[in-house]
Amino acid sequence: MKPHIKYRLGKSKFFKAIVILLSTLCTVPLFLILFYILREGITRINWHFLVNLPKPVGEAGGGIANALVGSLLIVFFAALMAIPVGVMGGIYLSENKKSRLANLTRLAVDVLQGTPSIVVGIVIYFWIVKPLSTFSALSGSVALAIMMLPIVVRSTEETLKLLPASLKEAGLALGLPYQRVILRIVLPCGFSGVISGIILAVARIAGETAPLLFTAFGNPFFSTNIFKPMQSLPLLIFNYATSPYDEWHDLAWGAALILLLWVLLLNIITKITTRRWKIQF
Amino acid sequence: MENTILKSVDFDAYFGENHVVKKVNIEIPKNNVVAVMGPSGCGKTTFLRCINRMHELIEGASTKGKMLLNNEDVYEMHPIFVRHKIGMVFQRPNPFPNLSIYDNVIAGYKLNGMKMNKADKDVIVEQSLQKAALWNEVKDSLHKKGTFLSGGQQQRLCIARAIAMEPEVLLLDEPTSALDPISTSSIEVLLQELKKNYTLIVVTHNMQQAARVSDKTAFFYLGELIEYDDTKNMFTNPQDKRTQNYITGRFS
Repeated sequence: MKPHIKYRLGKSKFFKAIVILLSTLCTVPLFLILFYILREGITRINWHFLVNLPKPVGEAGGGIANALVGSLLIVFFAALMAIPVGVMGGIYLSENKKSRLANLTRLAVDVLQGTPSIVVGIVIYFWIVKPLSTFSALSGSVALAIMMLPIVVRSTEETLKLLPASLKEAGLALGLPYQRVILRIVLPCGFSGVISGIILAVARIAGETAPLLFTAFGNPFFSTNIFKPMQSLPLLIFNYATSPYDEWHDLAWGAALILLLWVLLLNIITKITTRRWKIQF
Repeated sequence: MENTILKSVDFDAYFGENHVVKKVNIEIPKNNVVAVMGPSGCGKTTFLRCINRMHELIEGASTKGKMLLNNEDVYEMHPIFVRHKIGMVFQRPNPFPNLSIYDNVIAGYKLNGMKMNKADKDVIVEQSLQKAALWNEVKDSLHKKGTFLSGGQQQRLCIARAIAMEPEVLLLDEPTSALDPISTSSIEVLLQELKKNYTLIVVTHNMQQAARVSDKTAFFYLGELIEYDDTKNMFTNPQDKRTQNYITGRFS
C-alpha cells in the first residue's frame, strides 16, 4: 500500500478512536454519581424510610415521607399550571411561524429558559410569598411552573412543526373547524413528542432547589396544605446535608437516591412513550 | 349549459403580488370528469384549491371574482360549509395516521362531533369504501391503522374519506402522481365509477391520463385558461396554437 494512503487510514482510525473515547467519557460523570449515591444511599432506603417522618436530632432512623409527598404535590400543581399554558403556547408558535407575537413569545420563552432558578425564586417571593405573608407550597409550585414552562412550550412547538402540513390540510378539506383540526388531528399525531417533553420537564423541575428555598420553604412535619410551607426532596437534601448531624446526613443521602431514581424513572418512561405512541406516516 | 354545477366568473387568484390565476371562466357540467392540465406552475393546482377555498389558507393569498356552486357564490358561504359540499383528494395520500381505517372514513363526521349510532356509521363506512373500490381489500382489517395500507390503497382510502361526506363535487389534485402504474390504473377506473354520483375535477400534468379519464379537458398556461372543450375535440383538433404545442410535446 502506498504510504500516503496508509497515513490517511491511520488518521481516520485515530479520529474514530478519539470519538469513541470522548463519548465514553460523557457517560462517566453519570455513572460516578450513580455509583456514589447508590453506595451511600442504598442502605438507608427501606419501607420505613419512605413512610415515616424525620426523627429529631439524636434519634436514629426516621424517613422522608413528608418530603416525598410534598415534592409530589408541589410538582403536580406546577405541572397543572405549566402544561396547559405551555402546550397552547407551543401550538401557537408552531402555527404562526412568522408573526410578531410569535417572535416575541419565542424570545421571551428562550430568555425565561436561561433565567437562573434562584432569580425565579426571588421574584415569586416578592410576588406571592410577601403579599400573602406566608411561605407556601403553592408559591413553590408557581416558581417551578415558570421553570417548566419554556421546556414545554419549545418541545411542543418543535414536535408539531415536524408534522407534515398535508395532515392539517386533510382535516381542513374535510370541513373541520380549525380548533378540531388542532385538537383532534395535529395534537394526537404529535402526542408522543408532546408528552415526552412534558415528562422531561417534570423530571427537570423535580430536582430544582433554588426556587423552593424562599417559596415552599420546607417543613419538618407532614403537611398537605398547599397554602402552608411544605417539605420537598431537594429542600430536605439541602437542609439536612448542610446540617452538622450524621443522622440527618443519612436522610439526605437516602433522599438524594430517591430523587435520582425518580428522574431516572421519568426518563425511562419518556423513552417508552416515544416508542409506544410513535405515529407512523 | 343547463346542468352546470360549478362555474367560475372572471376568477383571479394571487399569492401576494403574484398573479397566478388570471380571469378564468369555466363551466363544469354535472356528473362529468373534467381534467385540468398544463405545465408545472401554470396555476392549475391553485385554481383547484380556490374552488373549495383552501387557497386562502396560505399566508398572503387572495382571490377575486365569483365561484358559483349551483349558482351560489362559495365565497359568500362559510368555508366549512363549502368544504362539506366540495371534497378534496390530495397529491400524496394523507390518511390520518392516528386513526383506524374505519375512523378515517368517517373522520368527517366523527371529528366534526356529529353523533351517530353504530349501524349508521357501519353503513357509511361500507358504502364509501365500496364506492372507492377498497372494501374487499380492507373489510377484515377495518380497525387497523390506515397507514399500514399501500400507497394506492391509502389514496383510495382518502377518496373514501372524501366521498363519505357526500360532496357534490370532488377535487383531485394529481391523485396518482405519487403512485405506481397499477395503483394509478385502479384509481383511473375508479374515477369512471365515481362520476355516476359525483362531479370530478382532476388536476393532472399527465396528458395521457387526461385523455383516458376525462369527458372535458381544460388547458391552463401561465395562469390563463387557454382552451376548454370536450376531451375528444381537444386532443384531436385543438383550437389554440399553444394547446397544440403542449399536446404534441413541443414544450412541457
